[in-house]
Amino acid sequence: MRIEVVGAGPAGLYFALLAKKGDPRHEIVVHERNAPDATFGWGVVFSEETLSSFRDADHSTWADITETFARWTAIDVHFRGETVRSVGHGFSGIARKRILQILQQRCRELGVELRFEEEVPDVAALSSADLVVAADGVNSATRRSAHDAFGAVERVHPTKYVWFGTDLVFRAFTFVFRETEHGMFQVHGYPFDADRSTFVVECRDDVWSRAGLEEASEEASIAFCQELFAPELAGHALLSNRSLWASFVTLRCQTWHQGNVVLLGDAAHTAHFTIGSGTKLAMEDAIALAGSLQRYGADLEAALTSYELERQPAVERLQRAALDSAAYFENVSRYASFEPVRFAVNLLTRSGRISYANLTQRDPELVRRADAAFAAQSGGAAGRAFAPPPAFIPAELRGLVVSNRLVVSPMSHDDAEDGVASDGMADRVPEAAGGAGLVLCEFVSVAADGRITRGTPGLYNDAHASAWRRIADLAHEAGSAFGLRIGHAGRRGAMRPRRLGTDLPLLEPWPLLAPSAEAAAPDAPVPRAMTAEDMERVRGDFERAAASASEAGVDLLEVDAAHGYLLGSFLSPLSNLRTDAYGGSLEGRMRFPLEVIGSVRNAWPQDKPLAVRIPATEWARGGFDVEDAVAVAAALSTLGCDLVHVAAGSGVTRANPEYGPGYLVAFADRIRNEARIGVIVEGRLWTLDQANTILAAGRADLAVLDYAPTS
Amino acid sequence: MIPGDLLAEWAGRAEAGPFTSLGVLDRLAYDSYDPFVALAAAAAATRRIGLVTMVVSGPLRPAGTLAKLAASVDALSGGRLTLGVALGARANDYEAAGVPLQGRGDRLDRQLTALRLAFADGTVLPQAARPGGPPLLIGGDSGRSFARMARFADGYVHGGGPPRAFARAAEQARAAWADAGRPGTPALWGQAYFALGDEERGADYLRDYYAFTGPFAEKVAAGNLTSPQAVLDLVRGYEEAGCDELVLLPTVADLAQLDRLADVMAARA
Repeated sequence: MRIEVVGAGPAGLYFALLAKKGDPRHEIVVHERNAPDATFGWGVVFSEETLSSFRDADHSTWADITETFARWTAIDVHFRGETVRSVGHGFSGIARKRILQILQQRCRELGVELRFEEEVPDVAALSSADLVVAADGVNSATRRSAHDAFGAVERVHPTKYVWFGTDLVFRAFTFVFRETEHGMFQVHGYPFDADRSTFVVECRDDVWSRAGLEEASEEASIAFCQELFAPELAGHALLSNRSLWASFVTLRCQTWHQGNVVLLGDAAHTAHFTIGSGTKLAMEDAIALAGSLQRYGADLEAALTSYELERQPAVERLQRAALDSAAYFENVSRYASFEPVRFAVNLLTRSGRISYANLTQRDPELVRRADAAFAAQSGGAAGRAFAPPPAFIPAELRGLVVSNRLVVSPMSHDDAEDGVASDGMADRVPEAAGGAGLVLCEFVSVAADGRITRGTPGLYNDAHASAWRRIADLAHEAGSAFGLRIGHAGRRGAMRPRRLGTDLPLLEPWPLLAPSAEAAAPDAPVPRAMTAEDMERVRGDFERAAASASEAGVDLLEVDAAHGYLLGSFLSPLSNLRTDAYGGSLEGRMRFPLEVIGSVRNAWPQDKPLAVRIPATEWARGGFDVEDAVAVAAALSTLGCDLVHVAAGSGVTRANPEYGPGYLVAFADRIRNEARIGVIVEGRLWTLDQANTILAAGRADLAVLDYAPTS
Repeated sequence: MIPGDLLAEWAGRAEAGPFTSLGVLDRLAYDSYDPFVALAAAAAATRRIGLVTMVVSGPLRPAGTLAKLAASVDALSGGRLTLGVALGARANDYEAAGVPLQGRGDRLDRQLTALRLAFADGTVLPQAARPGGPPLLIGGDSGRSFARMARFADGYVHGGGPPRAFARAAEQARAAWADAGRPGTPALWGQAYFALGDEERGADYLRDYYAFTGPFAEKVAAGNLTSPQAVLDLVRGYEEAGCDELVLLPTVADLAQLDRLADVMAARA
């Protein structure tokens, strides 16, 4: 087979040598515009697993690469004048120049033809080859010549970064966070040989502009960064190698091959540099592609398809984690008030690849410190060395002490009669409690017309109150605090039992209330736009329900302002089309919900905590979004609410939600740390490890677990 | 085209074997039987085995027609139908049906509302064998599909792929279900293609069937299960991911395929 490889980076060279080794009859030419020793960037990092695949693929280069490795196991986090060290991680680094030399050398030994410093022929000129391998990087001209056919999508990240070297040799993977008058700057640094380290400086676009770096020359940028990080550099210099500020681009391609052209490494995909190395992915691609060619021989289509099938899922997983990691660094100033150990735990668990349990295995000492600090900050005794994991640390919420931070929410079965919570509910509550600190009962209506279905439980008469008193007692006997979520279904009321589905209207619906006369679904009844009298009545219904809840022994009250129920439908610009003071701007749209919640706060004892469930986003174009949610959460905090329970979606049929394990955690994190209010997180969480990770990292304060996910 | 007697024979042998469901696909502009007609034929040849559409493209038929067809198969089979519905991705099927592609998501939502209500109210005639009508599954991999599933259906039907892809979709389905406040858990159905022997014919069929997806067709063809080991690995993977019912769809129209699959399954037990 005649194979033309475009680009002599690690991907192209490694593929060329592996393919040649696999079948010496292949004629392989590698084309590179630059000189053999020209390279941009400094060192690259590998993990242990990557190395073992290198060893299996080609022992000789593996031996050369590992011989010159800088190896280390620690991560240092420099933050607010302290350095937190975490150990047990295991990295290796090598100079990019060195790895290229090793690969070039091996290519020559095996008889691969390397053509440097000549214009690379375009695809058309190469297409007479049996296979064209585009390994020419993220800006691949080869890919761009058929961009649409590859289904390429590029996403530009809102930060700037610059890739320096330094003659300081770090002893650890080093993160430095420096708050400036312009905003936060961070460094990602790691050693790559005995004398030097890579030193990447990153900040948000707005910070970069404010600091005047847009206009700065290369020298001025170096001087700026050297001064900013003088304490860490300790007299060492930053080295430039055409080091210019750039924006990272995440590239995805639907397909990695077209005819006889195949994409390799950065030409096919990129993953944000904060999670590790594009070089690692590129070399793994090379192993897979060379392996496929060997396996399928002349059947090129089968070989290229198999390469894609092998690599795409792995790359997509890494890309997902990389996006989380990138988002962390984009928003890191959110955590500026964290104490350093919690800050470090948050950093280490940012991409979802390291959980609390993983960290406990790698670095028990750090986790011990984090646990002790968590307990002390949660009102426990200070100065103790050991504490239970965060999930089992009590939470003080006004006069209520919840014995741990786990919440269970028994499912509603629409089996109340005339609003009286059923015996089934009474059975489910203690059954669900299971040792959780808080049992939180879902939607309880404050009025007969506020029920979702005929079987929705209520709290609007004495019979309801005594049913809840009995259930609260059962929860208390089971050792849990008892919470109740009160709400009014609004336009999502008068529906059929939810075992059939949601929003299926009754044949004879009762009159519905909403901000505007807009039906919840195409075939749902049209509600009445609320008048001032309606608002006053509903406010009173909430107020009375709050007072009865307190008498019934409820410990924590939650107001439902999510999921498109009445208060939630006021928040959404898609359902609230009012032109009076209760619609329009976010301020107008939240006016009625805040009036209701203010009344509830007054009617609910001062020594008991109040939570509000709000949507983090509607997941719909033009709908309520996470910035709105942060603003609402901040307003709730001012009103005296203690917790925000983060939900998402609003029942609009056009929403396009992003479901999955822990799908609300990032929203909870943002709301908690931007609006500075306690947060209850839920959303497909079922393990203690998930809860501990979220809590230890300061992403939420209480976690709702579904603890029997598959039964 | 598969001869009618082969279809009936296949159904009967499947029932006699270790299988619990017979699945059919839905294409309009393609050489295939209508799914409800095929299941009606299968129903006549069997007594016990479940019958499932994997999946029908909802908007290709008016809501009333879809309800009537589903009720008919359910009634004819004594309550053995599971109705899997999705949007369907083939533009030429929409063209052949004279239905615009644009706005099909909204149309499917309205159709599902009507379907659920009609079955719940017993207004579809003939009456389905079971009150409330046949169980409804929804397919599709967008966020909106998962939300639609949780809103209208009894479960989720996955479009195929390795166990890891199914596991991921299952998690999304469970999350959507809880988010919608539905009691219980969604039923989870999976599907995969196989060719035990004659794998070239199987691959050719898949390349042709999925030609409209462009380069994706090769990936589907490469994913065809062509060895007993591949079948067993996939079955185990799906089981571990919580799949309630897995439908293995033949890519070669030959009874020997069914016998070989039965042998593989027997070896498993």
